[in-house]
Amino acid sequence: MKLTRRHTLMMAFGSALAAVMPFRAFAAVEDNIAAFTGGAAVGSEGITLIAPEIAENGNTVPIEVNAPGAEAIIVFAAGNPTPSVATFNFGPMAASQSAATRIRLAGTQDVVAIARMPDGSFVQASQEVKVTIGGCGG
Amino acid sequence: MADNVTPRVRVPRDATAGEEITIKTLISHPMESGQRKDGDGNVIPRSIINRFTCTFNGETVIDVTLEPAISTNPYFEFQAIVPASGTFEFTWYDDDGDVYTDSKDITVG
Repeated sequence: MKLTRRHTLMMAFGSALAAVMPFRAFAAVEDNIAAFTGGAAVGSEGITLIAPEIAENGNTVPIEVNAPGAEAIIVFAAGNPTPSVATFNFGPMAASQSAATRIRLAGTQDVVAIARMPDGSFVQASQEVKVTIGGCGG
Repeated sequence: MADNVTPRVRVPRDATAGEEITIKTLISHPMESGQRKDGDGNVIPRSIINRFTCTFNGETVIDVTLEPAISTNPYFEFQAIVPASGTFEFTWYDDDGDVYTDSKDITVG
């Protein structure tokens, strides 16, 4: 096949498209959030997400979520192959609606926490975590 | 499948009535995510703990759904109210059907 100007342009376009592909993962996280909230509007007050700005090792990134009065908190990692991370359901014996754990992050990305309040509303917090070494064994 | 799974839990021995205490739990488990490949390029099948619960005298403190994005040796830290003496029960549910449990007594003095 002769390499014409048109082919070169198309190839350039194709590689640009391939570079954009990873961002499709964000669409997956949108779907997951919609599944949790049922499409309801999401506020931003009353929830804190503590995560490091820079994580050297994506295999164990310490995070902490705190949403006073929440029924449940769900955590997503927007850039992971599977965005869901964990769901915390708080029972009557929980002293505060907070929890800390360690998660895996495939690369630099946003970590999102969404809390469901007893009145049916939702609040969200997110933070970007820069990851030096990814944690998915890729 | 998961060998040598050992739960470890830290709960204060005693508390005052109504006190808020912090509980830390750790369980040794590989939490194989199902994303990794072995030397021959075959996917290593997923094998994780998918649920963790903590109850105090039968009432739920916390009930966590775990996904493969939780690190090896899942660690949790959370707070509980202690209205009276009783027992904290901790349960981990493995993908392969195994259930690991631990319990700690606490005395209200």
